[in-house]
Amino acid sequence: MKLLQCPVNGIRPLSEFSYGGEFRTMPDPDSCTDQQWAAYVHYRSGAPGYKKEWWYHMPSGTWFIAERNTITDKVSRTYLLPKMEVAV
Amino acid sequence: MSSRLINQPTEWIDRDKPFSFTYEGQKVTAFEGDTISSALWANGIRVLGRSFKYHRARGILTLANHDVNALMTDGLDTNIRADVLPVQADMTLTAVNTTGGVLKDRSQFIDKISPLLPVGFYYKAFHTPRRFFPFWEDKIRKAAGLGEVNFNYPRIPKPKQHAHCDVLIIGAGISGLSAALSVAEQGLSVIIVDENAKAGGSLTYDMADQASSQLAELLNAIEQHDNIRLITNAYAAGYYADHLVPIVETSGITKVRAKALIVASGAFEQPPVFRNNDLPGVMMGSAAQRLIYRYAVKPFEKGVVVTANDYGYRTALDLVSAGVDVLAVIDMRREGSRSPLIDELKDKQVAVHKASCVYEVIASKHKLGVSEVVICAYDELMAEADTKNKIRLKCDGVAMSAGWAPAAALLYQAGTKMRFDSGLQQFVPAELPEGVFAAGKVNGVFELSQRALDGQRAAAEAMNYLGKSVATVEVKQHQGTSPSHAYPVVNHPKGKNFVDFDEDIQVKDFINAAKEGFDNIELMKRFTTVGMGPSQGKHSNMNAIRILARIRDLPVEKIGTTTARPFFHPTPIGHLGGRGFHPHRYTAMHEWHIENGGQMTAAGLWMRPACYLPEGCHLTAQQATHQEAMAVRTKAGIIDNSTLGKIEVYGPDAAAFLERVYTGKFVRQKVGQYRIAMLLDEAGVMVDDGLACRLEEDRFYLTTSTTNSAMVYRQLQREAQLCGLSVSLANLTGAKAAMTIAGPAAAEIISQFSSVDLAATAFPTGSVVETQIADIECLLLRVAFVAEQAFEIHLPAAAGLSVWSQLMQAGQPFGLQAYGTDAQRLLRLEMGHHLIGHDTDGLTNPFEAHAEPLIAMDKTFFTGQRSLQIIAKKPLNKTLVNFVLDSNCVGELPNECNLVIDNGDIAGRITSIAFSPYLQRVIGIAFVPPEKHLPGSRFDIRNDAGDLIAATVIQSPTELAKSA
Repeated sequence: MKLLQCPVNGIRPLSEFSYGGEFRTMPDPDSCTDQQWAAYVHYRSGAPGYKKEWWYHMPSGTWFIAERNTITDKVSRTYLLPKMEVAV
Repeated sequence: MSSRLINQPTEWIDRDKPFSFTYEGQKVTAFEGDTISSALWANGIRVLGRSFKYHRARGILTLANHDVNALMTDGLDTNIRADVLPVQADMTLTAVNTTGGVLKDRSQFIDKISPLLPVGFYYKAFHTPRRFFPFWEDKIRKAAGLGEVNFNYPRIPKPKQHAHCDVLIIGAGISGLSAALSVAEQGLSVIIVDENAKAGGSLTYDMADQASSQLAELLNAIEQHDNIRLITNAYAAGYYADHLVPIVETSGITKVRAKALIVASGAFEQPPVFRNNDLPGVMMGSAAQRLIYRYAVKPFEKGVVVTANDYGYRTALDLVSAGVDVLAVIDMRREGSRSPLIDELKDKQVAVHKASCVYEVIASKHKLGVSEVVICAYDELMAEADTKNKIRLKCDGVAMSAGWAPAAALLYQAGTKMRFDSGLQQFVPAELPEGVFAAGKVNGVFELSQRALDGQRAAAEAMNYLGKSVATVEVKQHQGTSPSHAYPVVNHPKGKNFVDFDEDIQVKDFINAAKEGFDNIELMKRFTTVGMGPSQGKHSNMNAIRILARIRDLPVEKIGTTTARPFFHPTPIGHLGGRGFHPHRYTAMHEWHIENGGQMTAAGLWMRPACYLPEGCHLTAQQATHQEAMAVRTKAGIIDNSTLGKIEVYGPDAAAFLERVYTGKFVRQKVGQYRIAMLLDEAGVMVDDGLACRLEEDRFYLTTSTTNSAMVYRQLQREAQLCGLSVSLANLTGAKAAMTIAGPAAAEIISQFSSVDLAATAFPTGSVVETQIADIECLLLRVAFVAEQAFEIHLPAAAGLSVWSQLMQAGQPFGLQAYGTDAQRLLRLEMGHHLIGHDTDGLTNPFEAHAEPLIAMDKTFFTGQRSLQIIAKKPLNKTLVNFVLDSNCVGELPNECNLVIDNGDIAGRITSIAFSPYLQRVIGIAFVPPEKHLPGSRFDIRNDAGDLIAATVIQSPTELAKSA
């Protein structure tokens, strides 16, 4: 089983985590066009390679970003989003 | 006749512990430390099994856990590997693949008709005419298996253990042991595993006499070291991500998580291919050496050594010193050997023939052993024997050496890229994954001193990978002749020159497969089944690749290898099976439901009663459901709602947070009120709904549907982490129990335990209060989901059963009835409420479900808002409506998912439908075209029988009740 580094709890087995989808930056809903918004909502890049992904550490309820190469399944970095303050 | 030698200094058997066991009805003696095969061989028993397809007699081939023709049955246990498993005193063994005993196997006629059974025969011969296929299938299946499956086999769970170390080393040969010592000396922890009963690898049989003191020293140093854990009699079954390797022992599995892995698993000896190379008495050189040095058994009395490398010369000397009359060493190479061992052999009067081969082995009576070998000149480039001059030698055994194939299964599984080294004639690692290292023969290093160095080199690399700073070690490239021969195959017009001993595959089978077009290694594997037997190609894949390369006239590296998958050896199911880890959640009132006939069904992780069928009740589930629903309509009912998701949202920004997540407005919501909270995804699809109760200015209590509770909580957590608002969340789903009391008598029953004025004027729908019921702090809501008058109570789970029981008791005079989820579904349908996820699907937007009142489009932002702005501009293409069937309707009742038909076209579908005993009508919810949304609109439903059933759109079934 794979191991994953939770930025708060350290290295834990993959079974404690849940995948939360590809990380995408939301366009400004007020200024973007309908097409831009639809692309944000519906389009996912399925091409293998370097990805930024949402991951969730289930026992502690921590959401974080993992940078993963989906070809090698190697996670190069995990971190909380800079603005994210972990709710206590 | 005993073939047991006098005491060998290296032997693994304990001569002070003799015992006997039974094989095929015959009593056989053994010593502790013997394997089944070695004990049988020591007693002169040569036929250890029958081959899979042709039922040919087979004996010892490798003694290295791929003698899969020598599989035994012992009572309940089947497919016991005789070559490696220790024999035990109470064993009563029979060979697995025989009809009427291993010596007189009645199925051996198949060997005679084998020309009629070419490879691929089954695929082609039996599929037409189709009506005969079941007959043939039965015959083939009976012939195809090995051993009998015992369906009464007891469940014997084996413990699963976990272990951690810095470096895990697979293989305790000279390379692995040297690596272990180097790593341990730097203070790192090591686990080293070997599948043999004793550590030492090839040094326990090859060069066993010369190297014994070196090995003893090394083992002593290993034993002295606290950082090294040596596990023998255990194999590394596979490689999993991040260096997780299950180590399988007889007693169970240990899952080892290592920081780095060194694979020093050695190499498998490969057989040369010649006619009748499978007869009992023909064995690998290393198998002969194992017999001599480990078990003190003479491999045969008189024999020859056929070799295509220098290794066979050592085997020959070992045989001579064990007292075997070695008639000749037959070297398949044109130039023969320059090994100094030749002189030693000549001193011992052993003839050495170069550029020669064993053309065929002549079987003894009943094909149970060797009577003669036929030796011819051999052209190693053309792989052809020159049969003009044949020498026949009477003997009873052949030891054969042709080369090695790396035991690289774990390296492949870890993702190692291998390359073919033509100097070594072997696949060796070219590019290793991070943290994985290879040493010794598997890495193409064969010379003894270099193997020890290669272990130290791999150890140094592993330690540098782990952050230590260790000097690198230089290992010399292989010099001299290749340990493996490029093409050790002797063609023979009559065939029976076996490549794969598991599956009885001969050279011509490959040629035929290629002719049929299966000339890619993966296709050839599947058509011929080479490498698909229990040994998984350990002794056959390399020859198969060489043969295919020659057929296609390509270099070996262009052919490639097949995929190596776990497990390395067959692993008993009992080792893998364990406790089920699929938890069910029970509510606080679970016990009561069981005692009162609750028919429990799974709702997400929870167990909930679908209906109640108490002891002595003669109702069907549907009748009970109808009775429960009627009780709610006419008297009172109570349901356990503890499975609802329950989340407390706390903080100065709590209301703003909810406005961001949910579609509605919450900032100006009054304390003591709840609002419906609908959740969309970013595409504007309805995902969940629940209630948001404002308990204080900065404290909300949210409910979610049962199945979505984990998802909603997760989603809220992500939003809370992202939005930067001052808010915190607590998941109270398990901490709180909940129940709903519904029906005309509901208020009266609760009033006995509560001082809250429950009159509709004082406590209308939409109200919530923190109060006490039966002296327990709880939350009380007036709701209208299943009935016009209903109250939801949320309270600490610990008090759930007590309060429930008190309410049940107090409600008895009022006719209070517990109801299950089936009745709840019917009741909400009678109220005209759709369920998100049941009546809606993954594409339904709120406009299609008339949920506009729950959406505040004028807010600055909420999840799904921007998508709704786009959707709102587009015409609606379906709408969710309540409907009723005509009271005089005849025909089969439609089901959920039956289609709405308009002018012969599909126009929608039924999402819910049920007979309402209260209304005495069939009611439901359906998607229909938008123009049919008005009450009174008619549409047709096509039922399962194909008939059209007319339905009428209604505002809500409650109106039917009023008008009735």
